[in-house]
Amino acid sequence: MVTIKELPKEEYLLKGHAACAGCGPAISLRLLFKALGNKVFLVVPACCTTVIQGPYPYTSFDVPLQNILFESTAAAASGIVAALRQRNLTDITVVGWAGDGGTVDIGIQALSGAAERETDFIYICYDNEAYGNTGMQRSGATPYGAWTTTTPSGKRERKKDMPLIMAAHRIPYVATACPSYPIDFINKLRKAKEIKGTKYIHILAPCPTGWRYDTGKTVEMGRLAVQTGLWALFEIEYGKFKLNPPSDRLIDKAKRKLVKEYFALQGRFRNLTEEDVDRMQKWVDDDWEKYRKLASNSTSDFASYGKI
Amino acid sequence: MAQMIIDTANHIAGYAAKAARVKVVAAYPITPQTTVVEKIADFVENGEMDAEYIRVESEHSAMVACIGAAAAGVRTFTATSAHGLALMHEALHWASGSRLPIVMTVSNRAMGAPWSIWPDFSDSLSQRDTGWLQFYCADNQEVFDTIIQAYKLCEDERVFLPAMVCLEGFILSHTYMPVKIPDQEKIDNFLPPYKSGWMLDTNRPLSHSNLVSPEWYMEFRYMIQEAMENAKQLIPQIDREYGKHFGFEHGGLVEKYKCEDADLILLTMGTMGSEAKIAIDRLRKEGQKVGSVRVRVFRPFPIEEIEKLAENVQMFTAIDRHISFGMEGFLATEIKASIFNRKDHPLVAGFLAGLGGRDVTFETIEKIAKKSLKWMHDGKVERETEWVDLRK
Repeated sequence: MVTIKELPKEEYLLKGHAACAGCGPAISLRLLFKALGNKVFLVVPACCTTVIQGPYPYTSFDVPLQNILFESTAAAASGIVAALRQRNLTDITVVGWAGDGGTVDIGIQALSGAAERETDFIYICYDNEAYGNTGMQRSGATPYGAWTTTTPSGKRERKKDMPLIMAAHRIPYVATACPSYPIDFINKLRKAKEIKGTKYIHILAPCPTGWRYDTGKTVEMGRLAVQTGLWALFEIEYGKFKLNPPSDRLIDKAKRKLVKEYFALQGRFRNLTEEDVDRMQKWVDDDWEKYRKLASNSTSDFASYGKI
Repeated sequence: MAQMIIDTANHIAGYAAKAARVKVVAAYPITPQTTVVEKIADFVENGEMDAEYIRVESEHSAMVACIGAAAAGVRTFTATSAHGLALMHEALHWASGSRLPIVMTVSNRAMGAPWSIWPDFSDSLSQRDTGWLQFYCADNQEVFDTIIQAYKLCEDERVFLPAMVCLEGFILSHTYMPVKIPDQEKIDNFLPPYKSGWMLDTNRPLSHSNLVSPEWYMEFRYMIQEAMENAKQLIPQIDREYGKHFGFEHGGLVEKYKCEDADLILLTMGTMGSEAKIAIDRLRKEGQKVGSVRVRVFRPFPIEEIEKLAENVQMFTAIDRHISFGMEGFLATEIKASIFNRKDHPLVAGFLAGLGGRDVTFETIEKIAKKSLKWMHDGKVERETEWVDLRK
């Protein structure tokens, strides 16, 4: 377990990258490299990171990066992992780094296939809850009620629960994270690096451009998502579900902030009615009842999770 | 010792992937390609082939996994047919744009709707403009030889492009023929270890295939065209060199048959080329001065070879196993385009035959030739595109 003082000084996300001011994914990338170092092959589909890395002939990443088709992150990673095994290169970590659209929508097939094949890599979904790179269109990860350019009066369907979909693949490690909790994220990455098989980490990555809040408030927005319980920090290691701080203290509803505090700060929720807010508060409370049960009933079963 | 085996073209493709010492195979099953990957699965599981076989969940992922593996520094192979190839379409562009020397066999099958599992070239010809080299084979020996030749060509620094080796479904894919498999040691001498223009490397932290502005995109396209032109020079050389080592040559870009004094030349692709030879022999016995050309390489297209042939003939007849709807057969278009700028160029007629697996025998081809000869003597092509044996 790393502490803030032990964080590596090296920076592999270089100056001059092309992310928006206050970009949650860019903060996450910086932490990703700090956690894993530069012995990394990064696979990136069409997403905001296509832009963040900078155009040819430049790159703002100090690691080799394979750009690949939108729906194909996990398929490209599968090929790379197979090739590295053939070449006996064991010290390189293969990381798929895709947005929510590239993960929960167009990329879910390739990801599901790679997970079922027990492909040895880390897949990270950085979730800003819409198609950011194309100008904020609705995705399967957009929450209920949120404005996007294709749901101008607010989305009428709920967010897909991707971490638990991945857990259903019986992969050895599934975790959620948020750049507002950097130590938690780094520890999860380092743990994932040591586990053989498919590791899935889903980051809630606040996006001032799409969520319509002040660019200085990204960290605060992530914290509020966690404190209200809208985003729970947990990990499922070999089938064992565990809430991580500070989410582990939030099972008691009284300790959670109300979701309306989070909604009030973001322009994308401007159209929510009181009824919408009540509905969403109830959904969060239901989710937490699910987490409570998972945390208390979950037992580790090494035999049925991860590489056999 | 070289080994003589009797097997189907699909299995032979598996033997060729093994002989080429492919390290990663990623494939998804589709009729009539399935027995290619079944053979490879056997080879990998019984230890005859030291490779990873990724049993992907779609053809799209098959091609992308090959892209990933080739980018990470190993020789790759895949195989598909029809709808599988169509599903790969986007990734085909990514493979050639990334300049990765992937080799794929296509067991040709007609595209639906309606469903068909039988052969024509509607699958691979629809991928004409993806930047892949395209070979069309006439027998199982050629399938083996072309796969080995294709790796040598694709991994040449003057090329660095992917190639598809096409073989007609069932006509070749499931038909047993004798094939000579050369000694592994000799193949290793002919085909050195994998080489590519670049690979992912932690010591060279580059971003591959990132966003390119209009200031540079055209230059990347131009380089692919240059590579295609280079391939056109190299294919006959590699075919000859292969022939010297192993005893089989396939004509380089085009296989010519009795063209020297021909007034009429029939142009075909794939197995129709073999049937055409029989037709030519029969017509020659009747005193007709006809010859045939089997276009073995469709991309790059052998324009110069066609131009040269045009010097001495009165007429070309292209026999196509696929149509570009709203126009004509692909081969007919290419032949016309190849000779358009010549003065006094020969007549060109186009015939469509064998779509969706309808049998094309030497008799069919003889009939096409006789109609062509009549038009040739009349000095006028009656119909630009004639559908052979069409029910009316």
